[in-house]
Amino acid sequence: MTVMLAGAASSPWSWNLIDDVRDMWSYPFMVNAFRAGSIVAVVAGVVGWFMVLRKQTFAGHTLAISAFPGAAAATLLGVSATAGYFAFAVAAAIVVSVAARPGTRFSEESAVIGTVQAFALACGYLFVSLYKGFLNSVTAPLFGSSFAITNDQVVTLGLVAVATFAVLAVIGRPLFFASVDSDVAAARGVQVRLHNAVFLVVLGAAAAEASQIAGALLVFSLLVMPAATAQLVSAKPAVSLGLTVVLALLVTWAGLVLAYYALYPLGFCISSFAFGLYLLARAGRRVA
Amino acid sequence: MSNQRPAAAADSTTALRMRGAAVEVGGEVLWRDVDLSVEAGQFVAILGANGAGKSTLVKAVLGLVQLASGEVEVLGSPAGQANRDIGYLPQRRTFDSSVRVRGVDVVRLGLDGDRWGFTLPWGKNAKRAREIVRQVIDVVGASSYAQRPIGQISGGEQQRLLIAQALVRKPKMLILDEPLDSLDLPNQSAIAALIKRVCQEQGVTVLMVAHDVNPILPYLDQVVYLAGGAVMCGTPAEVITSEKLTTLYKSPVEVLRASDGRLVVVGEPEAPAHHGDRHAHVHGSHA
Repeated sequence: MTVMLAGAASSPWSWNLIDDVRDMWSYPFMVNAFRAGSIVAVVAGVVGWFMVLRKQTFAGHTLAISAFPGAAAATLLGVSATAGYFAFAVAAAIVVSVAARPGTRFSEESAVIGTVQAFALACGYLFVSLYKGFLNSVTAPLFGSSFAITNDQVVTLGLVAVATFAVLAVIGRPLFFASVDSDVAAARGVQVRLHNAVFLVVLGAAAAEASQIAGALLVFSLLVMPAATAQLVSAKPAVSLGLTVVLALLVTWAGLVLAYYALYPLGFCISSFAFGLYLLARAGRRVA
Repeated sequence: MSNQRPAAAADSTTALRMRGAAVEVGGEVLWRDVDLSVEAGQFVAILGANGAGKSTLVKAVLGLVQLASGEVEVLGSPAGQANRDIGYLPQRRTFDSSVRVRGVDVVRLGLDGDRWGFTLPWGKNAKRAREIVRQVIDVVGASSYAQRPIGQISGGEQQRLLIAQALVRKPKMLILDEPLDSLDLPNQSAIAALIKRVCQEQGVTVLMVAHDVNPILPYLDQVVYLAGGAVMCGTPAEVITSEKLTTLYKSPVEVLRASDGRLVVVGEPEAPAHHGDRHAHVHGSHA
């Protein structure tokens, strides 16, 4: 994709934003990249907000890593990579939620999650070696390939986003309760374990989505950083959730523009902007 | 149960009744033959050494722990079915400094956090909920720090907000598991007085687990003393005596009364720990 991109930017960055955007969007693959990136940013932002609140970033990382064997298995079997991403991430989510139930000691839980992660990576390398294909088939699932998003993939991402928001719209409030204050939530009849399992599946779906844009290794740029930054800025749930989505969209758009004009990998561009914002928020808190 | 209070008639003034209740943990009997009757509006302390099963007793009342035998009736229903009317404050709950949620949000969760759906920050319902939350925070005297992230205020301040959370749905019963633990002495007496005030003004039945009876001693209607798998109930003056506790523990225990009215229990054996060892502690003493 990088080769194709090099010839793609017909005119250099001009600081005339309207012309720049018109130039970028004259290419269907860039339009799809912006569509897919925006969908992924909103989903990863909202799901990541809960993930950071619940201190489940390690679980999120593991589910994102599972996208790698998923994509490799899909390549091996000759089915769509998207199906592979989602199947493996959701399967890993179910394994983690069954094996590491909330209430077990943190060390046990992280050991279970780490075990799943190590095995998922091992499976990924096995599938790649069985395929014996081009090395490119490994770098795409690891580092993202958002400039090759098809219309069908955009539709799939949109459907997953709708499903994710539908689930969160139903369980949002009790999930927030179980995340902040699980003992009292349980006493009030909230099914804390069930909410944890459902959330991990949602997180798996979001991680699989984000992996296609940012790659399995850099998925954290969208899941963790906007949420962590927003929660540093405000302790009001509504404000920090809204800010998370805004930041996720901003870093994704900025990352796409930088990747288009400077020809750096997209995952790096998005991560760098998100990391910069996080540093700013930390510095701002120290000053305040 | 030589000192059992006469069981109240089965009318609406009985907030809690346990009959022949027993709980087993890991196949071993934690306590048995618990007969207890608490009237509406009473302030009751659950006392006993570490590991005697105090927290398990309140969990049985909440229906979170199943009885091996006997029965529990709470607010006229079997345990677990009236939890909507119970405000619960679990043991030793502090929010670490990384929790970036305000005190008001935690209190608000007590109001409707268990309902499906999501909370909109605007609209008529949000306004009404904000007003209810504001009032209950006012009752516990936490208005000045309720807008701050809960992980960044002191333990005593967190405890006031958690009591507000337990109170926000105007419960008929408050169950507090060691709410004074880890607080300094001035905060202990302030929180104890606050709980008594709520108990009186709002007619709430209070069930409070404590391992030091002294901060709440002046306010208590009844104590439930757990030791060695057995239980004893009655007024503090009836139960916390050298003879009664010696009978209960089946080993010599002495209750001393200091000149300021504080009680010190000497020679209380530690129960075998079922819930993991916690720090060694002499009941009622302040080293």
